[in-house]
Amino acid sequence: MKAGIVVFPGINRERDIAIALERASGRKPRMIWHRETDLQSLDLIVIPGGFSYGDYLRCGAMAAQSPVMESIRAHAARGGHVLGVCNGFQILAEAQLLPGALLRNASLRFLSMDCHLRVERTDTDFTAHYQRGQVIRAPLAHGDGNYFADDATLDRLEGEGLVAFRYVEPDGAATAKANRNGSARNIAGILSPNRRIMGLMPHPEDLVDPLMGGTDGAPLFEGISAALGSDRPAA
Amino acid sequence: MTNKPVNQALAAEFGLNAEEYARVLDIMGRAPTLTELGIFSVMWSEHCSYKSSRVWLRTLPTRAPWVIHGPGENAGVVAIGEGLAAIFKMESHNHPSFIEPYQGAATGVGGILRDVFTMGARPVANLNALRFGDPKNPVTRRIVDGVVRGIGGYGNCVGVPTVGGEINFHPAYDGNPLVNAMTVGIAPADRIFLSAAAGIGNPVVYVGSKTGRDGIHGATMASAEFGADAESKRPTVQVGDPFVEKLLIEACLELMATDAIVAIQDMGAAGLTSSSVEMAGKGGVGIELDLDQVPQRETGMSAYEMMLSESQERMLIVLRPGAEGTARAIFEKWELDFAVIGHLTDTGRIVVRHQGSVEAEIPLAPLADQAPLYHRPTAPSPAPGPLGAIPAARLGEDLVKLIGCPDLASRAWVWDQYDSTVGGQTVKRPGAADAAIVKVDGHRLALALTTDCTPRYVAADPEAGAAQAVAEAWRNITATGARPLAITDNMNFGNPEKPLVMGQFAAAVAGIARACTALDFPVVSGNVSLYNETAGSPILPTPAIGGLGVLEDAARAVGLAAAPGQDLVLVGADPSHLGQSLWLREGAGQEAGAPPPVDLAAERRHGDFVRARIASGEVRACHDVSDGGLLVAVAEMLMAGNTGAVLAGPTDGGFWFGEDQARYVVAVADGAALVAAATGAGVPTRLVGRTGGEGLTLPDGATISLATLRSAHERFFPALMET
Repeated sequence: MKAGIVVFPGINRERDIAIALERASGRKPRMIWHRETDLQSLDLIVIPGGFSYGDYLRCGAMAAQSPVMESIRAHAARGGHVLGVCNGFQILAEAQLLPGALLRNASLRFLSMDCHLRVERTDTDFTAHYQRGQVIRAPLAHGDGNYFADDATLDRLEGEGLVAFRYVEPDGAATAKANRNGSARNIAGILSPNRRIMGLMPHPEDLVDPLMGGTDGAPLFEGISAALGSDRPAA
Repeated sequence: MTNKPVNQALAAEFGLNAEEYARVLDIMGRAPTLTELGIFSVMWSEHCSYKSSRVWLRTLPTRAPWVIHGPGENAGVVAIGEGLAAIFKMESHNHPSFIEPYQGAATGVGGILRDVFTMGARPVANLNALRFGDPKNPVTRRIVDGVVRGIGGYGNCVGVPTVGGEINFHPAYDGNPLVNAMTVGIAPADRIFLSAAAGIGNPVVYVGSKTGRDGIHGATMASAEFGADAESKRPTVQVGDPFVEKLLIEACLELMATDAIVAIQDMGAAGLTSSSVEMAGKGGVGIELDLDQVPQRETGMSAYEMMLSESQERMLIVLRPGAEGTARAIFEKWELDFAVIGHLTDTGRIVVRHQGSVEAEIPLAPLADQAPLYHRPTAPSPAPGPLGAIPAARLGEDLVKLIGCPDLASRAWVWDQYDSTVGGQTVKRPGAADAAIVKVDGHRLALALTTDCTPRYVAADPEAGAAQAVAEAWRNITATGARPLAITDNMNFGNPEKPLVMGQFAAAVAGIARACTALDFPVVSGNVSLYNETAGSPILPTPAIGGLGVLEDAARAVGLAAAPGQDLVLVGADPSHLGQSLWLREGAGQEAGAPPPVDLAAERRHGDFVRARIASGEVRACHDVSDGGLLVAVAEMLMAGNTGAVLAGPTDGGFWFGEDQARYVVAVADGAALVAAATGAGVPTRLVGRTGGEGLTLPDGATISLATLRSAHERFFPALMET
């Protein structure tokens, strides 16, 4: 798998993603400066977390207008894989590569703690190494993770099985208490219709090493790495 | 402002007294210009010159074989092994945080980050030490909210994890909260960047944000007491831009990987003035600045305004000749301002030109050498009042009350707003261990980091209280298994012109020196914040200690969470000291008696024993005994590990709530074996219980459920802030 990590000014979890990808694939991902446009050789493009352009406009709004986004759009149109985590998810939503928007957390405060996620489907390259219904732990760290979409969009996402992860209690129950940021229908992560673009708010990349308190995030990177193989050409 | 005549009255307005102004006239041989007076007044302010504290700070121990740079640089530097250095410092932003809590705290974080990355380190952790007023005071809630949001707003955005800190509440901080921010960075030990300018003719470069009219005379404001007019000082507070700071970190580190830099310093307090004066002064060269080249955010700024602006996220760099192109390309890539604004000269003077005229020309040597230095009178602190009657302990009830009190309640509400995991190296997050553990990326090494001070001890006995702060930092690092290396000290005191306050300061320095010497734990950086008074009422003396230790193998770190089926062993003799204890304060309203004595030989013996037992893998969890005493320490271990326990021992308050020093609680599989090993090492121990079950059973037979403990522990912050 050839993976690239897009670095917008203000992104700050690019090294975390790089560690997780290298751990899973044995291969160092390429860092892509936001002015680059040639992404043809890549199998997976990751947009990491952080505060692109300081989040001074709406989160992700500035980055979504960046030159590299056109290349990411083309990569997606070719059937390429794209993963957006946290600010990356916000950017994908702003770029309309995924539906909906991420609003201020319901508490109007930044949230940083572990949350529990239920894996909603496993027939995707991102989640194939999990069990369906499995509850995993992942750190949250965001001020704007409150997923919003109109009812028709939410119904479509549910109907087409495009919800990847939901906030749940440790026992798997999708309660209001587990849904700390106030997301519609406890949604933590969603997929594109071809299931090759995924956006999620929590940070599985920060839980891939037992030293840091767990490895619940590792199967995500192992799964995508196995699916895209070591020598697989760009799709 | 610019139309006022430059005379003694204006000098007084700028914070210089008559004698100091006379010295300015003597050095200049004429009346200074407005810009010159501005430069003298900020360089000679308490904040920049340490004029009241320097004579005492000199007495601190600053050397050890692992110390690479002690005080005098932007931050302290210690070797941590494998060719790496840790660079760290703690700094106050107290005055701005009272006036404007969000920006005050945010720019405090930004400033200390720059002190660390200016030396070539990538910042890997932030900590803080916060003191707020009485929770019952309606102002407190607003200040807590602003400060916490400010620390999170800045730290989260720059992508440096906030991994630890401490918070106290006390009415003495009602009009003067303390915000002390600490940053720790990692650099190759042979790639440390210093601030001494060198190379006549070398270009002086300005990078970062544009200069505006914000924060003018901030250093002067931070060198005076507040009156009733504190609100009117809001314009002296700077506004932070963490996004630009993040770009500045990346751009500076990228430039530091080349050989372009001769010297570099951030523009902190007193901005362009202090950075240019200090860099040239340290290097024994002159410097000439052309202010027309300074990137400006506003039009029509005067030389005085530009030299005194404290606009944030700016750095001053002396480049090697010919390196301008390389440097410019890097800063332009990161979309930051870059301007050559001057060059070094052999005149030994700072010359400031603006719009065709010389606005300032000051000889640098006398500006530094003849800076005021005061041996201010000191007076000893009065002995604390004697202890009143000691009430009978009701262990369960008293414990529930104590763990819910403002100084001991869960800080989760605060930590949950700080990103503690960014970077992917956080081994022990806030609350998981006595010190935060942050692994060094690509190595097995980890840092153990803590901030500590118990101001009520310092108020009661400044020498012993300050020694205790150092000992507690050393103990907190030890309790994770790490080897303590060095400290940074952030000395927060009242008005030094009052002999009682100056006496507190001098005694606190003596206490720090005693503890640092005995524990081989030198001071490598620090900051002094004086005049922490509002309407004549000083804060509790607060020498906050930031401690740093190292673990050769991050996997060896232990936390404080006990698991079921473990023996709980007290390391250290039976506690009994109730003077200044939280139990007496919270239960009987007594803030009385002497603070616990600090026996540094015992501290070292007990700590070395605990560290060795952690290294051998025998200790599964460890927690030091501090605020609230033994029973609080045990309860915290149980709540963290989600297990109950059955405790045995005496039933008196002195044993369970005494705050004697040099004590730890360890959780081990075989308590008898640990006790035997300790006896052999001359360390007193006592088996105090065994973990398991759903509740905490006390020696008086009462049982409290974990749920009761937890709900009492977690109530305070949400109740204060969310209702």
